[in-house]
Amino acid sequence: MTAVQNRAELPARERLSRWANKHRKWLFAGPSMAFVALLLVVPLAWTLILSLTDSRRSVRRDFDFIGFENYLEALTDTERFWPSVGRTFAFTGGALFFELVLGMIIALLLWKPFRGQGVVRTIVLLPLVATPVAVGMMWRLLFEPNIGFVNEMLSWFGIPAQPWLADPSTSLATLTFVDIWQWTPMVALILLAGLTSLSDEPQEAARIDGANAWQRFWYVTVPLMRPVIIAAVLLRGIDALKTFDILYATKGKGGGAFNDVETLNVYAYGLSFDYNEYGLASAVLILFFLMILAVIWVLQMQRKAKS
Amino acid sequence: MTALAEGRATAPARRRRPFKWGPVGRAIGLIVIVLMFLGPIVWMVLASFKYNVQIYDSSKAIFFEPTLDNYGTVFDPRRGNYLVYIWNSFFIAFMATALSLVLAVPAAYAMSRFVMNKSATVVLLARIIPGVSLLVPWYYIFAQLKMTGSYLPLILSHMFVSLPLILYIMMSFFDQLPEELEESAQVDGLTPISAFFRITLPLSVPGIATATILSFIFSWNNFMFALVLSGPATKTLPVAIFDFIGYASIDWGALMAASVVVTTPIMLIALFTQRYIVSGLTAGATKG
Repeated sequence: MTAVQNRAELPARERLSRWANKHRKWLFAGPSMAFVALLLVVPLAWTLILSLTDSRRSVRRDFDFIGFENYLEALTDTERFWPSVGRTFAFTGGALFFELVLGMIIALLLWKPFRGQGVVRTIVLLPLVATPVAVGMMWRLLFEPNIGFVNEMLSWFGIPAQPWLADPSTSLATLTFVDIWQWTPMVALILLAGLTSLSDEPQEAARIDGANAWQRFWYVTVPLMRPVIIAAVLLRGIDALKTFDILYATKGKGGGAFNDVETLNVYAYGLSFDYNEYGLASAVLILFFLMILAVIWVLQMQRKAKS
Repeated sequence: MTALAEGRATAPARRRRPFKWGPVGRAIGLIVIVLMFLGPIVWMVLASFKYNVQIYDSSKAIFFEPTLDNYGTVFDPRRGNYLVYIWNSFFIAFMATALSLVLAVPAAYAMSRFVMNKSATVVLLARIIPGVSLLVPWYYIFAQLKMTGSYLPLILSHMFVSLPLILYIMMSFFDQLPEELEESAQVDGLTPISAFFRITLPLSVPGIATATILSFIFSWNNFMFALVLSGPATKTLPVAIFDFIGYASIDWGALMAASVVVTTPIMLIALFTQRYIVSGLTAGATKG
C-alpha cells in the first residue's frame, strides 16, 4: 500500500531510473541499431531505387524509372559483367581452397608446443594485420618482372622470368596468391583455436583402435572440426568476395588495362566513380549482394545440416 | 569384453624406427612458414632503405649501404604533409573506435542477455554488404550536408566497419560471462543498469581491449571509404601511398618507405597485443 503512495511521490530522477531500467534492452541496443539503420538501410534502399533508374553522370541530375533494364543490361553483358562474376568466384574459390589447406597445415604444425612457438605465432600474425594496400605495393615490387625478387629467385633454379602481374593471363592467379599470403594466417589461427578446444579422447580412442596419423586426422579431427572449418570459410569467403584493396593497389582502376583482375566489387566501383553510371552500378551491386547472401545461405545450411 | 581389451592391447604395435621423419618435417615446415611470411616484409623494409639503383641491383639484395633518403622523400613537406596523414589516420581510427565502443558495448550486452538474434543479424548485415553500394548514397548525403572534406564522413564510415566488429566480439564475450555476478549485485540493491556499469563492465576489460585493438587496426587499414570520402586535408595513410605511383614510373624506394610507415605502427601494436588479436579474430568461430 505504501508502494502505491510512493510511486506518485517519487522524485523525477528515481522515476527516470525506473523507466530506464525497465526499457534497458532498447536503451542499450537502440543507438547501435539506429546507427546501422541510418548508414545501411537508407543507402541500401537508395541503391535499390537507383538500380531501377537511368541515373548517370550526377546523382543530382533528374532520372527516370526504367524498370529492370539495368539488370537486363548487366545479365546480358558478356564483356564486363559475366567475366567479373567469373573472376570473383575464381579468386574467392582459389584463395579459400589454398587458405584452408595451408591454414590447416600451419594450425597442425603450431598445435603441439615447441621451443620458439611464441615467435612463430607472432610472425604468422604479421601478414594479417598489415595494411592491405601496403601489402599490395610490397608484392608489386616482389613480382616486378625485371627487378622483383620472385623472378630473381626463380633464376637460381633456371626458371625463366615470368611477367606475373603485368600479364593478363597470370595477374589474377598472382593476386590470388597475394590474398593467400595475407589471409592464410587468419584461417590458421581460427583452425588452431578450434584444434585447441578439441578434447583428446576421440584422438586417443582412434589411436588405440590402430588408426594411423592420416586416418586420425581425416576421420576424427576433420569431422569434429567441421563447424569451425565452415565458420572460417564463412568469415574468409565474405571478405574474399569483396576484395578491393590489393586489386586496386596493384592494377589500378578497372582491374588493369585489360580489366584482367576486374572482380564484381572493382567493376561496381568503376561504374560508380569512374564512369558515374549510377543506375547500372546499383543493379550490379544488388546482384552482387544477392550472390553473397546466396553463398552465406548455402554455407549456413551446411553448418546446420549436421549439428 | 575381453576380446575388446585384447584387441586394444595388440593394436598399437609400434615399431621402433632408427630415424624419425616427423620432427624433421615439422622443423622444415616451420622454417618455410617463417621465411614465407617474414621474408616479403623484410624485403619491403630493406628496399625502403635502398637507393633505387640498389633496388635494381640484385647483388645488393641484402648487403648494401642503407640510406634514409626515401623517408626524406616521404616526409618532404613539398610533396604533401605526411605528418598530417599520420595524424588523420590515427585520429579517424581513434574516434571511430571510441564512438563505436560507446554504442556497441551496451548493445552487445543487451543483444547477448536478451538473445536479440534478429537485431544482431541486422547489424551483422553491415559486415556482409559490399561497401561500394553504400558509398554513392553516403557521398551524396555528405555533399548535401556540406561535410565532404571534413573528418565526420570518414569517422562515420569507419564506425560502420568498427561497430559491427566490436558488437560481434563483445557479444561472444558476454555470452561466456556468467550472469550470476550481475544477479547477486541486483539482489544487493543495484538496478540492472548500475549492475552493468559497476559489475559487468569492469569484468569486460579483456573483451573490450580485444575489440578496441581490432577495431583500431581495421580502421587504420581501411582504404576504400577513405579513397572516396577523404579530401586533400583529411587523406589517410593508405590513400597517401598512391602519391608515389606516377603515370610513367614508380619511385620504388619511396613507395616502400611509405608502405613501411603505414604498416609499422600496426605491426608494433600486434607484437604487444597478439593474444588479444588472436582471441578477437577467433571469437565466435569456435563456438560452432
